[in-house]
Amino acid sequence: MSPQPLLQVRDITRFYGTRIGCRDVSFDLYPGEVMGIVGESGSGKSTLLGCLAGQLAPDAGEVLFDTRTDGPRDTLKMSEPERRMLSRTDWAFVHQHARDGLRMGVSAGGNVGERLMAVGARHYGDIRDQAVDWLGRVEIPADRVDDRPTAFSGGMQQRLQIARNLVTGPRLVFMDEPTGGLDVSVQARLLDLLRGLVREMGLSAIIVTHDLAVVRLLADRLMVMKDGHVVETGLTDQVLDDPQHGYTQLLVSSVLQV
Amino acid sequence: MTEYNFAYLDEQTKRMIRRAILKGLAVPGYQVPFASREMPMPYGWGTGGVQVSAATLVPEDRFKVIDQGADDTTNAVSIRKFFERTAGVETTEHTAEASVIQTRHRIPETPLSEDQILVYQVPIPEPLRFLEPRETETRKMHSLEEYGLMHVKLYEDISQHGAIATSYAYPVKVEGRYVMDPSPIPKFDNPKLSDCPAIQLFGAGREQRIYALPPYTRVVSLDFEDYPFEASKADHACDLCGAGDSYLDEVITDDQGGRIFVCSDTDYCRGRREAGHVGTQAQDAPMMTEARA
Repeated sequence: MSPQPLLQVRDITRFYGTRIGCRDVSFDLYPGEVMGIVGESGSGKSTLLGCLAGQLAPDAGEVLFDTRTDGPRDTLKMSEPERRMLSRTDWAFVHQHARDGLRMGVSAGGNVGERLMAVGARHYGDIRDQAVDWLGRVEIPADRVDDRPTAFSGGMQQRLQIARNLVTGPRLVFMDEPTGGLDVSVQARLLDLLRGLVREMGLSAIIVTHDLAVVRLLADRLMVMKDGHVVETGLTDQVLDDPQHGYTQLLVSSVLQV
Repeated sequence: MTEYNFAYLDEQTKRMIRRAILKGLAVPGYQVPFASREMPMPYGWGTGGVQVSAATLVPEDRFKVIDQGADDTTNAVSIRKFFERTAGVETTEHTAEASVIQTRHRIPETPLSEDQILVYQVPIPEPLRFLEPRETETRKMHSLEEYGLMHVKLYEDISQHGAIATSYAYPVKVEGRYVMDPSPIPKFDNPKLSDCPAIQLFGAGREQRIYALPPYTRVVSLDFEDYPFEASKADHACDLCGAGDSYLDEVITDDQGGRIFVCSDTDYCRGRREAGHVGTQAQDAPMMTEARA
């Protein structure tokens, strides 16, 4: 593992008025590492993810990202064009609802090609080849390339969203409940796919979820949040098998056994 | 004539519009917001173009109005009469003699000169409108030069039709910076936008935007390397004047499937016929000219 962290998060704090969104969250993420953030609804995990991905402005703290050209830079102090450039090249964001992350009126190929065109690709044949290639990687048949996402099932939409995000070869992927709302067999295939892609491309990822099974499969490290604070961190297996904090113990013991 | 201020609008309004025009000329392709006024015509009939013309006209001007290239359609005749009455300016149907030309959906075939101003009527000034409905977002996209989405539209065209099927309001990039909607002119006219000696002004009344191209501005139609831009027209010559280089209207002549192709620019077609050029159906010419009006 390279000694230089890809992402260094320092004391991120975000208030909603007088209420706490998240408070004093710090961690390092190394290249190739997958970090899970779990917690119940309202615990601040989505707020935190929004702050990291530049969608929300935190009230305090810094997010240092190891950029390709200039080394670590605070993304919160970057100019808007720089940050948006980053978010369509080195970053990717997978939404819980595929509809939020896809253009529903544009064909699957157009959805995948958008990021390529946004960074300057101007050769139709190349763009299309890459789109078909990526559809194959996420197990969508090549003959669906001209269909709109509205004609896709929920699981296919989510896979298409992943293809659309990964096509520019990002180094850091933010995922907000990537398997939420999908039935278990579809979830399993999606997780399998994600695990393969993460390993194959050496991606770093931050996955927000309330599904402990998802983090056990995908995440190397785990952060447990409650009421805007981080209550426990550690290796995934360690946290899940030997939870120390009272809330983590409750969380782990609440999982339904089949 | 005495009931109206010159060219209908009051002087303060014209100054406000001129400021917007000057700003538009200073930042070619940028959509300048302006306080569009109610005009005595419905939105969609050229309220933007009329306001820009009103702010541009001076008593010495000679004014021409075309609608889809024609001088003799309702919209063109009404706007021409409007300014005859409210500004008392001379009017003409000859492109070369006009100093201000208001147009809907065409650029005249006769090349324009440095002492002319071309005013476009624009229904929807935002080229990204149907791709991104939020105005706040499209403005941000313009300011950050994020135009990947525009190519997504062209990509969709090719994937569905095998070619770029957008045939009018074809998006262009101005001086390598702003992506602009050239108003619904056929893409056949797009090359004429670039390096044009005349000033080109675009007015959108309902959407309250003015934008402009100063003379000799570089305007490039967007395309892909392997699907280059093509200025297309009906593969035919004008049946009245025989012109092979002008944009054509297809006119149905009877209910037996009869049809002819005629120049959409009526002034250009008449000029050619007066100079002795003859198309294949020229013997029916007087009747046809009436039929298409």
